[in-house]
Amino acid sequence: MKTLFDKVWEKHIVVEETINTPSIIYIDLHLVHEVTSPQAFSLLRQKNLKVRCPNKTLATMDHSIPTTPFASLKDLVLVSDTPATRQLVQMEKNCHDFGIKLGGISSAERGICHVIGPELGATQPGKTIVCGDSHTSTHGAFGALAFGIGTTEVGHVLATQCMLQRRPKNLAINLSGNLQKGVSAKDIILKIIGSIGVDGGTGYAMEFRGSTISSLSMEERMTICNMTIEAGARTGMMAPDDTTYQYLIDKPHAPKNDQWDKSLEAWKTLVGDQEAKFQKEVAINVSEVKPMVTFGTNPGMVISIDEAVPEPNKNDEAFIKALDYMQVEPGKPLSEKKVDVVFIGSCTNSRINDLKTAAMFIQGRKVAKGVRMLVVPGSESIKKQAEKIGIDKIFKESGAEWREAGCSMCLAMNGDFVPPGKLSVSTSNRNFEGRQGGGARTVLASPLTAAASAVNGYVSDPRIFLD
Amino acid sequence: MKPVTKIKSKSLVLPLDDIDTDQIIPARFLTTISKEGLGKNLFYDWRFNSKGSPIKTFVLNQDESAGCEVLVSGRNFGCGSSREHAPWALLDYGIKAVISTEIADIFFNNSLKNGFIPIRIDEESHHWLLSNPGVDILIDINELSIDIEGFKKLDFYMDPFSKYCLLNGIDQLGFIMNHKNEIDNFEKKL
Ligand code: SF4
Repeated sequence: MKTLFDKVWEKHIVVEETINTPSIIYIDLHLVHEVTSPQAFSLLRQKNLKVRCPNKTLATMDHSIPTTPFASLKDLVLVSDTPATRQLVQMEKNCHDFGIKLGGISSAERGICHVIGPELGATQPGKTIVCGDSHTSTHGAFGALAFGIGTTEVGHVLATQCMLQRRPKNLAINLSGNLQKGVSAKDIILKIIGSIGVDGGTGYAMEFRGSTISSLSMEERMTICNMTIEAGARTGMMAPDDTTYQYLIDKPHAPKNDQWDKSLEAWKTLVGDQEAKFQKEVAINVSEVKPMVTFGTNPGMVISIDEAVPEPNKNDEAFIKALDYMQVEPGKPLSEKKVDVVFIGSCTNSRINDLKTAAMFIQGRKVAKGVRMLVVPGSESIKKQAEKIGIDKIFKESGAEWREAGCSMCLAMNGDFVPPGKLSVSTSNRNFEGRQGGGARTVLASPLTAAASAVNGYVSDPRIFLD
Repeated sequence: MKPVTKIKSKSLVLPLDDIDTDQIIPARFLTTISKEGLGKNLFYDWRFNSKGSPIKTFVLNQDESAGCEVLVSGRNFGCGSSREHAPWALLDYGIKAVISTEIADIFFNNSLKNGFIPIRIDEESHHWLLSNPGVDILIDINELSIDIEGFKKLDFYMDPFSKYCLLNGIDQLGFIMNHKNEIDNFEKKL
């Protein structure tokens, strides 16, 4: 009896682990971006090594790239010769020197690493996928086994297409019921993190099972798998089904013709056995989940929008510090908090359905006075799709800014940031101190809650606007 | 990598739980393309105010913290992003080990690959260490023991492979490259 994780893991063992040594695991797809790779390429140069499989390596620029339009990197260098720009220049050189395909500044395929893998169809069921970014678990939504890795490991994978890893334990999250109106996948994963804690998944591969999953779109599944790292898990996975295959069928990197049929046959075996054993199991009935908002400085400090901020335990210094940093009071709801910035974007919630949801809500409404709303599509391709159906206009008419693709205000490396002390409602995945800029206070929420908060000017329950 | 065998130092206590990698090294310092020089920005937003002057109350800015190589932190140290800049920054600053009840996975792995020692210990010893800052600590990688002045000597776990690599200064890439034949054979079957 095997879990989904077991099935994919076992197919990729090059050398079995022993008491003294970890397993060597083969990697089918390696996503590379500008921030966590330069030192890995330096290592290859130092050791005079090549990239073993350039065709299994996909590079992009996302973390530090500006979200204002530039025709070329040269143009960008002219206006801003900063360390961030030099990192982009280095990325171009590294990809050129090592023969890796790069979605560069002017490429139509450029976008956030965890957005472009799936939309190009490079992310597929049963693949092992790594990236020097902790949210690589996103790709687990397709039944892939996906790990976030450090820069040393980026170097290992570039040089050998393999990584060292000990087998994690298995944790099942059983999802039942259907979402209520105004509640989304983001709220489910925030609820899970709130329930098991930010270290509840440490040492585990998280596998989502249960009847809810078949009702979720690929976008929603990606949102859930994306944030498994916020519960400390090494990865998150869901078995593929017809929704997965429908999503993949005509994507550029997806298998074609006979190859498609063959792949499909293999993918259909990628379901965890009913009786498979997990070291830990958690059940969540999603029909009880309400819109969730974080009140503190990690994603586990989260409440339903209609709840009050909890009282701290007297000895919990970190908790008290978090409330102080966020300027929130125990016993009071967040709905009294004035909003300064709303950010819709990041690898958690920047896909076309996320943007559509927010746009449909905001259509005919206005962003409240004093609120800056920034909408950043996850990729250039999403941007184009959105513009084709007029979503950009809806946002602009409501008073929001419409940007080029990138990580942007998720980690505030590219010049988009929340000013010190200001409160941001953000669809991204981390509300750590300073994550969105020094002194920035972040409330994580769904695109719908973010849009409602933009219109209302206060942290708001989207359900009050829905009939 | 240089071999790591023993670390002897006074302890430095940062009792907060869930210290994430964005605190250890904020994202705006990740635009570097080298591993060096990150130490000056370690815990930047906790060490310095908005004008760039040191915040006196922060433990790293206090005289008795100078030269401390062993950090004792609250549970779940190093959660958050996969940035290896976090152990690089700690090492560059001069901190060589962290002790806690729980240490986040990716940070844990990244650390060992750079000769930074993450140590998970039991709640009781952890509690003692948090309440007694500035004690002498001797970490012995060969024995996998920590000798704590005025408390006790205890064992900790490290997987044998990481231990071997640390003691011998071996870089793990070499281990994978030694299995080139197996990798070639695996690829043939794809
Ligand atoms: S959007 Fe945020 S979390 Fe996602 S890859 Fe970019 S920086 Fe990381």
